[in-house]
Amino acid sequence: MTLPPLPDEAIVLGAHVDDWRGAVREAGRALVRSGSTRSEYADRMIAVIEEFGAYVVIAPGLALAHARPGPDVRAEGLAVVTLAEPVPFGHPHNDPVRVVVGLAVSNAEEHVASVARLANAFNDSGIVGRIAKAETADELRAMLGFDREAEA
Amino acid sequence: MKIIAVCGVGIGTSAILKVNAERALDRLGLSADVDASDLAGIAAAAADAQVILTSSELADAVRAAVGRSFAEIVEVSNYFDVEEISTKLETSLG
Repeated sequence: MTLPPLPDEAIVLGAHVDDWRGAVREAGRALVRSGSTRSEYADRMIAVIEEFGAYVVIAPGLALAHARPGPDVRAEGLAVVTLAEPVPFGHPHNDPVRVVVGLAVSNAEEHVASVARLANAFNDSGIVGRIAKAETADELRAMLGFDREAEA
Repeated sequence: MKIIAVCGVGIGTSAILKVNAERALDRLGLSADVDASDLAGIAAAAADAQVILTSSELADAVRAAVGRSFAEIVEVSNYFDVEEISTKLETSLG
């Protein structure tokens, strides 16, 4: 039960974006850089929000951008983007968003365990604010409970 | 007892909701099967369920999809707030 790795390429700290689409695109680019997805995956993550609304803002300040498994997913992957200026996604309670987690999975059944670990990290109610202020990738990984040795 | 956690695409957010609903049930001392579903599959998934957990953003779409069903639809704002989920489940099941 391990999280997919969170290499430096999958972390963007203090991104400047114009709107929620820009925020999701940052997460999409990070997933491409880390080798998890192809660039079309960002379009599919945006399409999910266009179709179903801002439900991906699952906690105050936190959006979990994701789409279904597909041919544009090369490997299960996670990306974390913190925003220099929070942006609204259109959620009635949880806007504005300061942290976007991008998630790509290749198989709907297999990802539940890794998401459970992500849920463990985020069950700490102060964590979104702390992640938003993280200054280094290592600091952010430590907050999310990533074991550096497990990534090597 | 069966509970369905539903999100737009059936991965990611519904999985988090499932995990935290299981924690909430533990806290309440209740046992139930919690399954994750996407919106497209909700009518079938909820056929024998008592409760559907979802976001307020998706609640109307869920209501339209399940049509007339005995399952109660519970709207969760913060998917990581086990306290919120516990309180709402307790109200719904009690």
